[in-house]
Formats: sequence, structure tokens, C-alpha cells
Amino acid sequence: MGGYFSEIFYGSKSLLIGMGITFREFFKPTVTVQYPYQTLKMTARYRGHIELLADEEGNPKCVACGMCQRACPSGCISLDSVSVDVEVDGKAKKKKVLSKYDLDFTKCSLCGQCVESCNFGAIDFSKEYNLASTRKEDFHFNLLQRLKRSEEKNT
Amino acid sequence: MSAPIQLRPDETFLLNVGPQHPATHGVLRVKMQMDGEYIVKAETVLGYVHRMHEKMGENRTYAQYLPNLSRLDYLGALGYTHGHVLAIERAAGIEVPERAEYIRAITVELNRVASHLFWFGAFVMDLGGFSPLMYAIQDREHILDMLEAVTGARLTYCYYRFGGLYNDVDDDFIEAAKRFIPRMRKSLKKYDALVTGNIIFQKRLEDIAPVSAEMCRKYGATGPVARGSGINFDVRKNEPYSVYPEFDFEVPVYHECDSMARYKVRMDEMEQSLRIIEQGLEKLPGGPIMTEKKPKNIKLPVGDFYQAVETARGSFGIRIVSDGDKNAYRLKLRSPTYSNMHLFDEACEGMLIMDALAFMGSLDLVIPEMDR
Ligand code: SF4
Ligand code: SF4
Repeated sequence: MGGYFSEIFYGSKSLLIGMGITFREFFKPTVTVQYPYQTLKMTARYRGHIELLADEEGNPKCVACGMCQRACPSGCISLDSVSVDVEVDGKAKKKKVLSKYDLDFTKCSLCGQCVESCNFGAIDFSKEYNLASTRKEDFHFNLLQRLKRSEEKNT
Repeated sequence: MSAPIQLRPDETFLLNVGPQHPATHGVLRVKMQMDGEYIVKAETVLGYVHRMHEKMGENRTYAQYLPNLSRLDYLGALGYTHGHVLAIERAAGIEVPERAEYIRAITVELNRVASHLFWFGAFVMDLGGFSPLMYAIQDREHILDMLEAVTGARLTYCYYRFGGLYNDVDDDFIEAAKRFIPRMRKSLKKYDALVTGNIIFQKRLEDIAPVSAEMCRKYGATGPVARGSGINFDVRKNEPYSVYPEFDFEVPVYHECDSMARYKVRMDEMEQSLRIIEQGLEKLPGGPIMTEKKPKNIKLPVGDFYQAVETARGSFGIRIVSDGDKNAYRLKLRSPTYSNMHLFDEACEGMLIMDALAFMGSLDLVIPEMDR
């Protein structure tokens, strides 16, 4: 019998302690960020989808070597190049120029192997995270066009 | 006058729990043969999120397989990637700089705390308490922020590389981790008072769902489930890897075999992980985070390699059979919850359904990890 009553006593006490904790929490400042009205700054290493980087003249740094394409586990990168005639030190030469760089973001696992494998520092992760759509095609990015657009915006 | 209802004493009915059910975590289906509120027989049905990770391991190069490992267990992904890189490094004879190993240990332990925190919240929510989940998520958020700042991802990390890491940690991370430890210790006290001491919680877990050590051995259960049944086995202690021998920590073991014991093991483990993180941050050596000759196009020698690591859920093992090529001939992932789950069928015979759901929570199941 004594056990019965002491259990009621300790049981009620444990419930009161719990309520005390939740009550105190009630007056703590809110920590929820009201997205999309408030947003957080992405950290420097945040991995959004990859993007091409430009050199000083605004052209893509990429030399279309295809290393990233081969490194990618999911085969999301497809690129193409055209060869154009350029003049280097007075001599006519052929140069590979990137003509297409598409990313299929539906398959990308953001592993970073493409960024790591590039010896020219031509790609990096973007800070893009506001991505939502009901259509798959919206996640097929034409990165070359994206680079051109952002370069135009900058100049 | 209506005829009295005819009751057949042997009448049972079939109850289908899942695959989409709020009481199961993820897409797990349990077919339960019920006698009223009591379970006569239960049968778990797996395979709803099977993604052929093992097969993918045979078709991708070793480096390309890196992102897969973090997609097994979305709550404690780093432990799994750790096992993978360790296996390859040992097989290929790659030396890892000490700093990289320390950072690995620190981040894995942080991830373990995050995983246990989420389990804690979800487990209490299974039992009907909602607030602890919110508090746990708030603490976990701090860990995820820290890990995001170093790895660039919040859950599906692809941070470890063969021979080292993707990038180094900065002072901000070290500061944040140092600040986090006392905060977490305070929270653990709060959880103790709020949940562990709670009479309803105790009544629902104590002496409920006993899992004997014998049963654990039979099904190959590891991790907190086995340690709650008095089996003192932790891969970090019993088959030391990485820099774990350098750390001073204990393996919590409880002998009660009930759901409460499994709960207590995990709660104590969080404190032990904090101890490891604390020591790791203190001892963190300088130096490079990648071996001098960064390995490229890894080919393993012909042979059979196995590496086990202690993840948040138990012993995770990766076995690689290599025929000397740049991808594995056969790759096998031993996932801890797969074994832990299987004792559910036997253990819940004759149990009340509400107890069985609490029991399932105490097993800490992550379905994508089980199904692979
Ligand atoms: S991050 Fe990984 S999956 Fe995504 S494009 Fe680069 S290599 Fe492919
Ligand atoms: S590896 Fe770099 S330079 Fe080569 S194709 Fe890819 S982005 Fe361009």
C-alpha cells in the first residue's frame, strides 16, 4: 500500500518537473526562421548545383577536357566543344572552345567529384537553393547560358 | 431480441501496419496477426526502398561509390562513409594523415549525437510526447549547422576521401564545437528530468519487450540494442580503428534487456561521444589533411577485404571482393538495423500492440539503411 501512494507522489512530481521545463522553454526566444520571409546566409562551403566560373575576360575557364564528365558517378554532365581558329603569337592555331555544358541536376548527388577533378578550377558549387518545380526539365541546367547571363548582369 | 454475439476463442485478425504509417519510421510494413490487442505473430516486410546500392558498388569505380554510402542512413551518414574509406585505404595501403583521422572521428561523433538526438525525439513522439522532439531538433540543428559549414551538406555528406578529407576544418568549426559541448551537456540534463524521470515514460518502457542476449546473438544484433541486453560489444573498443584507441571513453552497457535499457544506452552514448569530441578537439594535430600523393584511379589488389565500424545504429561492415579492377567484383554492405530489425518478429510475440510500437522505436530503425 505504501508503495502505491509513494508512486503516485513521485509520479506526480515527475510530471510537474516536466511541465516546469516545458513552461520555461515557452519563454525562450523563438529560433525558427520564417522562410521564405526570412532567409539564412548560406555557408561558404554550401554545395548548391555546380556552376561554371569565368576568367577575367568573362569567358568560361573551362577548356572542355571532359575530366569532370568522366569523374561524375551519375553521368549528369554533358559537354561539347568546337574548335575555332585563333591567332597566338602571329601563328594560326586551333583551340577547343566550350560550346555546351549541361547539368542534369535531377541525378546529381552533390558529391563534389567534378569540382575536385577539374585541374583548371573551372567549376564550383553555386549557392543556389531556392529550387522547386513540378517539372523535371526545370532541373536540366544550361550552365554555359547561366554563366553568360550572370556575366552580362555584372557588366 | 438480437442474438448474442458468438465469440470464437481462437479468432484472430490480420493487422497491416505500414508501409505508410505514422507509427513506423519510413516505409516498413509489418503484418501482425492479432488476438484482440495482443500480437500472435508478426512478420516484417522489407524492400519498399531498395535501391541496389550493393550492385551500384560493382558498377562504379571506388571513388564514384563515395556518395552512395551517405544515402544509406540519412541520420548518421558519416559513420558509413567512414567505413567505406577505411576499407579502401586499408586494402590499397593508403596512409592517412593524423589530422584527417582526428577530424573524421570528431565529425563522426558529432553525427552520432545528431542521430541519437533525432532518435530520442522521434522515440518520445512515438510514445505520445511532442515537445522533446522540438528540443532535440533544436540541439541537432546546431550540429547540422556545424557539419554544413565543413562538409557543405546537412545530411548526405560526401566529405571523406581516400587518403584524407575534401577540405580542412576552420577555427569557426572548432569554436562552435567547443561551445556546443557544454550546451549539449545542459540539454542532456534537461532531457533526463523531462523524459527519463517521467513516470508515464518509465511505465511504458520498463520490463517491456525483453530481448535476451541470446536472441541478440542469434540475429546478429549490434549497437545499442545489444548493449541494452548486456552484451559489451562496441567496434570502436573491440576492433579499434581510426584514432579511437587514443580516446578515453566508456561503452555504456545495461543488463535489463528492456526498452528502457536501450533508451539509456543511447542517452549515455551521447555523453561518451561528447567526451570523444572534447578530447579530439584538444588533441587535434596540425598538418595536412590529405596524403602527399593524392590517390587517383584506385585499383585494389586481388583479395577479399572487410572493415567494420561502429555507427549510431551498430556495427556496419563493408566487404569488398576485388579482382584487381577499378571497381569491386562483389560488394556487400552489412547494415546494423537489418539485423536489429529481425529480432522484432520473435520478440513481439504475445506483446500488446502499443508496447510493440514502443519496442520498434527503441530499436532505432532507419529503413533506407535496412533496405539499402
Ligand atoms: S557533384 Fe557529383 S554528381 Fe553532381 S555533377 Fe558533380 S560529379 Fe556529378
Ligand atoms: S574538368 Fe574542368 S576544364 Fe575539364 S571539362 Fe570539366 S570543367 Fe571543363
